[in-house]
Amino acid sequence: MSYSTPLSELFLRTKSENRAALIGYLPAGFPTIAGSEKVIAAMVEGGVDAVEIGFPYSDPVMDGPVIQDAAEQSLKNGTGAKDVFNLLASTTALGVPGVVMTYWNPIERYGVDAFAQSLKNAGGSGVITPDLTIEESQKWASAAMANEINRIYVVAPSTSDKRMPLVTQQCSGFIYAASLMGVTGTRNSVSGDARELVTRIRETSSLPVAVGLGVSNATQAHEVAAYADGVIVGSAFIRLVQENSDIDAACAAVKTLASSLSEGVRRD
Amino acid sequence: MNLSSGVDQATLNEIVGHFGQYGGRFVPEALIGALDQLEAAHQAAKNDPLFQAELAELHRTYTGRPSILTEAKRFAEHAGGARIFLKREDLNHTGSHKINNVLGQALLTKRMGKKRIIAETGAGQHGVASATAAALMGLECVIYMGEEDTKRQALNVARMKLLGAEVVPVTQGSKTLKDAINEAMRDWVTNVESTHYLLGTVAGPHPFPEMVRDFHRVIGVEARAQILEETGRLPDAILACVGGGSNAIGIFHPFIDDSSVRLIGLEAGGSGIDSGKHAATISGGTPGVLHGTRTYVLQDENGQTVESHSISAGLDYPGVGPEHAYLHDIGRAEYRAINDDQAMEAFALLSRTEGIIPAIETAHALAGALIVGRELGPDALLLINLSGRGDKDVQTAAQYFGIPL
Repeated sequence: MSYSTPLSELFLRTKSENRAALIGYLPAGFPTIAGSEKVIAAMVEGGVDAVEIGFPYSDPVMDGPVIQDAAEQSLKNGTGAKDVFNLLASTTALGVPGVVMTYWNPIERYGVDAFAQSLKNAGGSGVITPDLTIEESQKWASAAMANEINRIYVVAPSTSDKRMPLVTQQCSGFIYAASLMGVTGTRNSVSGDARELVTRIRETSSLPVAVGLGVSNATQAHEVAAYADGVIVGSAFIRLVQENSDIDAACAAVKTLASSLSEGVRRD
Repeated sequence: MNLSSGVDQATLNEIVGHFGQYGGRFVPEALIGALDQLEAAHQAAKNDPLFQAELAELHRTYTGRPSILTEAKRFAEHAGGARIFLKREDLNHTGSHKINNVLGQALLTKRMGKKRIIAETGAGQHGVASATAAALMGLECVIYMGEEDTKRQALNVARMKLLGAEVVPVTQGSKTLKDAINEAMRDWVTNVESTHYLLGTVAGPHPFPEMVRDFHRVIGVEARAQILEETGRLPDAILACVGGGSNAIGIFHPFIDDSSVRLIGLEAGGSGIDSGKHAATISGGTPGVLHGTRTYVLQDENGQTVESHSISAGLDYPGVGPEHAYLHDIGRAEYRAINDDQAMEAFALLSRTEGIIPAIETAHALAGALIVGRELGPDALLLINLSGRGDKDVQTAAQYFGIPL
């Protein structure tokens, strides 16, 4: 498929600027429906290049405790598909590419074609689907292509050499490399598996590769930016929001972290 | 293979791991390797006479198989005079059908060279069975159990610990079975190299629904021969309770070709389907994806899983095995809801008429037999899977009937 999205254009730009793209994650409706818009604005002011909006889900098996708690809080706030697309629209209106990260069932429930269409209408570039295997992705592939949005699958260190190209060939926009075997969350160091995984992915695809899982500070971001095209940070932002009950204080902290990470993703 | 609807086995298995539109794999990519490994190990074991002999020997000398068939004559008087036979899975070691699957998967774990098993449990039956198999085979064992359930089933927590398992209370989400499964899957994503996830029902990603079914088919295979020997004919209906649906598929599956045999699954109707407080996934849910498989799910308009409710912890699950979803859609099996009160009435009745205290899960199947027996009349022959015994439920039942403890 040969269409471009704001997301694919971003990676062309960051490549020309000799840096990785910084992608910030936040569940929609967290800490509140209005608050999530403020936090994302703070991320963008701080220098986040693209935003990944989480569709909060009741059974997030790929997520560690930080994102689980945030998703639970968001669901208590009554967050639904409408709020996710509203937040996506306000995010892309800030001039940054926006993608949605969602488990599969909310898409199926909303309607596969309708979901792709609503995403496109909100200015979204694509969807990250952490539990959609390529074997089950046929309907989604058609819907995404019809609406010219990116399909981003997560590749793991355990993905075999034989399977790797089958998955990466289904991706567009970028390939999400899970840095380690595990769930989301901040960690003291980024796993050494990440670099090896990125190398293996590049043997099968020329798409940009972004690394997620465990990145929380500028030093780690810098380390990852040396070999990846994108750095995804989620739990570290969420923790700041959880630690600051005052939304303005939370936004200030988020902005500071974003600008520090944004320095980090620039290569030496 | 002739299904009553005319769908044949080839169509059923056309896409491996699918049952019509149900089943499949909806899991993080990190687990695909482990699922492929498990599928290969299962297929190899299925065709390996040595494995089958080892499992059969364990069942003979450890589980106590074959489990017997008991005619429930006094109970049947309340069911329109139909003849009723009980397949006594309650007499298995650890008190339910769960041991069939657990021993099979534990043997597979050893074959795959893994040394650690993890499992989820709601009421604790599958956790106890898993801890038992782990003790028997020298495997490390971690059981995830919702914090709410650890309080409700403190005795089973103690049993698992006595058997050498570690019990991890899950404090996320609704703190029940569904969240225990989430937490077990997170553990598996992280430790997949060393660990086998010993899933306790016919749900989850392929190959679990097929594999767990295969380990429970022994129930139906034995029961078919036994009822033919006792009565000289096939039953008119087979009844089993359905939460995830493992005991039901185990007894149904060998009868799928027998189009004259009605297969009836009894779901947990809780306070009634209309109340919204139930666990009757097929009767009151919609197709969706939960815990790695497409099936009927209790969910809201945003695709969020809705909490289930049942007096029976073992049926308290908002999903159901994908093969049941398929058998329902093609009309080969029927599913009805039995509410808490109906189940407890049948629980008391079996206890007093037959001297058998059933698990509350199983009581749903018994309540179904009281209804179906009256519908079919005195010439009917019913076979009920007595999937578990009620020792674990004495406290709940005493509370329900106002017996001071």
